[in-house]
Amino acid sequence: MDMQVSFLDRLFDAGLLIETGVDGLYGRSGQFEDVIAAFERLIDRVGGADGAEAMRFPPGMNREFFETSGYMKSFPQLAGTVHSFCGSELDHMSLLKCMEVGDDWTKGQEATDIVLTPAACYPLYPTVARRGKLPKSGGLYDLQSYCFRHEPSKDPARQQLFRMREYVCMGTEQHVTDFRQRWMDRGVEMMKSVGLDVAIDIANDPFFGRAGKMLANNQRDQNLKFELLIPITSTAKPTACMSFNYHQDAFGTKWGLYLEDGSTAHTACVGFGLERIALALFHTHGLDVKAWPESVRAVLWG
Amino acid sequence: MNETIRELLAKLGNLPVAVTELEDGADLYAAGLSSFASVQLMLGLEEAFDIEFPDNLLNRKSFASISAIEQTVSHILKAKEAA
Repeated sequence: MDMQVSFLDRLFDAGLLIETGVDGLYGRSGQFEDVIAAFERLIDRVGGADGAEAMRFPPGMNREFFETSGYMKSFPQLAGTVHSFCGSELDHMSLLKCMEVGDDWTKGQEATDIVLTPAACYPLYPTVARRGKLPKSGGLYDLQSYCFRHEPSKDPARQQLFRMREYVCMGTEQHVTDFRQRWMDRGVEMMKSVGLDVAIDIANDPFFGRAGKMLANNQRDQNLKFELLIPITSTAKPTACMSFNYHQDAFGTKWGLYLEDGSTAHTACVGFGLERIALALFHTHGLDVKAWPESVRAVLWG
Repeated sequence: MNETIRELLAKLGNLPVAVTELEDGADLYAAGLSSFASVQLMLGLEEAFDIEFPDNLLNRKSFASISAIEQTVSHILKAKEAA
């Protein structure tokens, strides 16, 4: 823990991250953003020729879609919902009084139609389903969004609002598992090219409760999730900076994603944790970008 | 026990086929048992038999067929008696 606090403090001291008073909620400096932008250009260079359709959604999604996704079954502890004041003038008066005396003023807030996006690809599935059957060649999409997960922590690599860049592939089982394997190979190469020490390991999502233990075991037994790990705040417990997920036909069934021949589409996604990758670069090469190895600077800024 | 398991499977398994049509050894995942339904089934079995699945048995293998469930539940009951 000490090491985590000290890396976070060093990032604050260097002005790379900006404290807000809430653990896991930080501002970013221009320099920090420049590293993320450079890494995203590297992603574009590696994945661009695949011809993915780019879509950008804001960090909030339709609550109805969120409910259909089943996120609350698996990760209720991580979800963030958007609530607003929807009362009358009289309610407003009592709200202000409540705030004045330091009582809980949030009790009367009502749920809006918006939920904070938990992963960049969540708004994609219903969007694609609405278009009808997928073309013969399947579907490939490029997404990026700020995502929210309620897990306050002093580990700078575990932020509550962070950016996820994703490629999502839809098609036959063979098509999407090939896509996942291709990105596992590419991911390792990309990280090596910027001087990061990586390992790939089988993984599971942080499902909630004892039932979650079983879902996690199932996920591992079936090799559904892999992570690319890089040491940031601990070498013993390196941080997942990319993940490679095969959903089988779970999302295809849930959202009604069909291939041209009428069969249910299989889906897979590859995600880059952009803040985590930037932090891995700062941790490995130092907080002064100008002092990074020439080879790394050349890959990022050419 | 077989009957109770079949009743729970019919109630919680959310299967597209009738449980009566399934042989004891039939692959439940192939029959359409989802991960989430298997979790519901696990919780139902715990309540019905007053047991708690240890972490090492919370996996797909334990719920792969009606006989597999029977074996798993018997194993937990035996361990409980011995304790």
